[in-house]
Amino acid sequence: MPAAKKQPPIRVLIAKPGLDGHDRGAKVVARALRDAGMEVIYAGLRQTPEAIVQAAMEEDVDIVGLSILSGAHMALIPKILELMRKERSGRIPVFVGGIIPDEDARQLRKLGVKAIFGPGASLEEIVKSAKRLAGRAS
Amino acid sequence: MSPARRFPPAAQALIDGDRRALARLITGAENDDPGAREVLRAIYPHTGHAWLIGLAGPLGVGKSSLINALLAHVRSLGKKVAVVAVDPSSPFSGGSVLGDRIRLDRPPDDPGIFIRSMATRGHAGGLARATREVVRLLEAAGFGIVLVETVGSGQVDVEIRQVATTSVVVLVPHLGDEVQTLKAGLFEIADVFCVNKSDLPGADRARRDLAELASLGSVDPGWRVPVVATSTTIPSGIPELWQAIEAHEHYLDSSGKRLEGERRRLTQEILALAESRFVADLSRDPSLPRRVEPVLAHRIDPETAARRWWQERRKGRA
Ligand code: B12
Ligand SMILES: Nc1nc2c(ncn2[C@@H]2O[C@H](COP(=O)(O)OP(=O)(O)OP(=O)(O)O)[C@@H](O)[C@H]2O)c(=O)[nH]1
Ligand SMILES: [Mg+2]
Repeated sequence: MPAAKKQPPIRVLIAKPGLDGHDRGAKVVARALRDAGMEVIYAGLRQTPEAIVQAAMEEDVDIVGLSILSGAHMALIPKILELMRKERSGRIPVFVGGIIPDEDARQLRKLGVKAIFGPGASLEEIVKSAKRLAGRAS
Repeated sequence: MSPARRFPPAAQALIDGDRRALARLITGAENDDPGAREVLRAIYPHTGHAWLIGLAGPLGVGKSSLINALLAHVRSLGKKVAVVAVDPSSPFSGGSVLGDRIRLDRPPDDPGIFIRSMATRGHAGGLARATREVVRLLEAAGFGIVLVETVGSGQVDVEIRQVATTSVVVLVPHLGDEVQTLKAGLFEIADVFCVNKSDLPGADRARRDLAELASLGSVDPGWRVPVVATSTTIPSGIPELWQAIEAHEHYLDSSGKRLEGERRRLTQEILALAESRFVADLSRDPSLPRRVEPVLAHRIDPETAARRWWQERRKGRA
């Protein structure tokens, strides 16, 4: 028991839904969040929406991060959001990265995605966004 | 459980099998929240019977892959099983990447499985501080078997014995010299040896070497440490590994060693918990800064300063 209690670390799930082998971005983001003091549960490649929602619940994460470069985002992300609502995880903020055309990004935001980052996005901005979504804006 | 006992609502939800309540309470235990403390107090009388199987061993030997295989096997036997996978926190940022889940693929709708990743948060010895409490929460939620993966490290993590009823030490072929240096440590903790990646060359040799070491005797003279060869890629040896684990659990019951082990673990746990309170209390002692000065000036040595402090506090003059 430390004398002065620190804030517990933010817990983030980083997952790659669907059949998408591009994992560099997800790993880079996972490391950046770790270096910012967060606990990142890296679920790895080829996750089904069901597995992602289950992991978010079991790990009791503050944020869910999805990385998709395959083009399947409009099929996968709405499915995940819907499952999360069904499984009473609807309050967990979701942010997304990868290859997401602007028009799709607009629609995904409407469906509830909190933030979207594309190629070349600054890691600093991603960390800031995660803190904000976890309610820990510094 | 009789409703007359009136558990706190979160504890009741836990016992009723609410997985979300379980997940939240685990976070609470990790963060040392008062609400989780209350639940832990309430459920304690109903815990202590779970099989806690620890998997320890060097980095990348296949601990997570084995847990994945054991999960499927244990589920096929119809038992509920939980996994606690521990990874290190960065000493610099305090953050961590918890990656053991990558290897664990299971039907996501199976309520007989619960998987949780934990960071060490600065705790040494390959486990997180709250591991024992998390295991109790899992047991209260009906998970009578809990598989605990420790931090992979060069040394074998002695602390696994602080949690596990059965400790499995996982090695791979061609650890030759490493096994030699680990030897003493290995025997302090292994109840079962597992030579994983036995699809690779050298597995027979490794198994013979370990069997020879094991025959020299273990810390518990009543238990002969079995050596099981496994491969998660073929796969092979998984039912045999589980049988070896079961055999050890049954040995604990038939020999009365379960109680002995639990007494040792609880003694350690109480000591560690008391110690952290003492240390917190000491570090707040207003006399501490003035005690440093004569040591800084090299008039007295640190040990003398510490001893005087201790003696004065005992007399209640601190
Ligand atoms: C490297 C690469 C590969 C490597 C992947 C290696 C690996 N293990 O990752 C290889 C060669 C294997 C590969 C294969 C393929 N690729 Co490729 N590949 C690329 C390339 C050139 C760069 C991707 C990359 O790693 N970038 C570096 C990382 C750091 O950036 P990033 O992933 O974008 O991540 C950043 C942001 O997006 C964001 N971010 C990403 N994830 C997340 C998650 C969260 C939570 C947050 C907050 C932020 C975030 O933050 C990161 C930091 O800025 C892109 C083109 C491009 N410019 O993006 C094509 C690209 C992604 N590939 C493409 C394609 C089509 C393929 C293939 C199907 C075949 C092909 N034509 O080559 C195969 C499929 C492989 C598979 N199994 O899925 C297309 C996808 C088209 C689409 N979606 O419409 C792209 C866009 C190329 C193109 N212009 O056609 N590819
Ligand atoms: N050839 C072979 N490779 C295996 C076997 N089991 C696991 N592996 C591989 O070994 C690597 C590490 O496996 P993990 O299960 O992640 O090992 P771990 O001990 O949990 O690793 P850490 O948690 O990082 O210490 C992976 O690439 C696995 O595919 C096996 O039986 N045979
Ligand atoms: Mg592992």
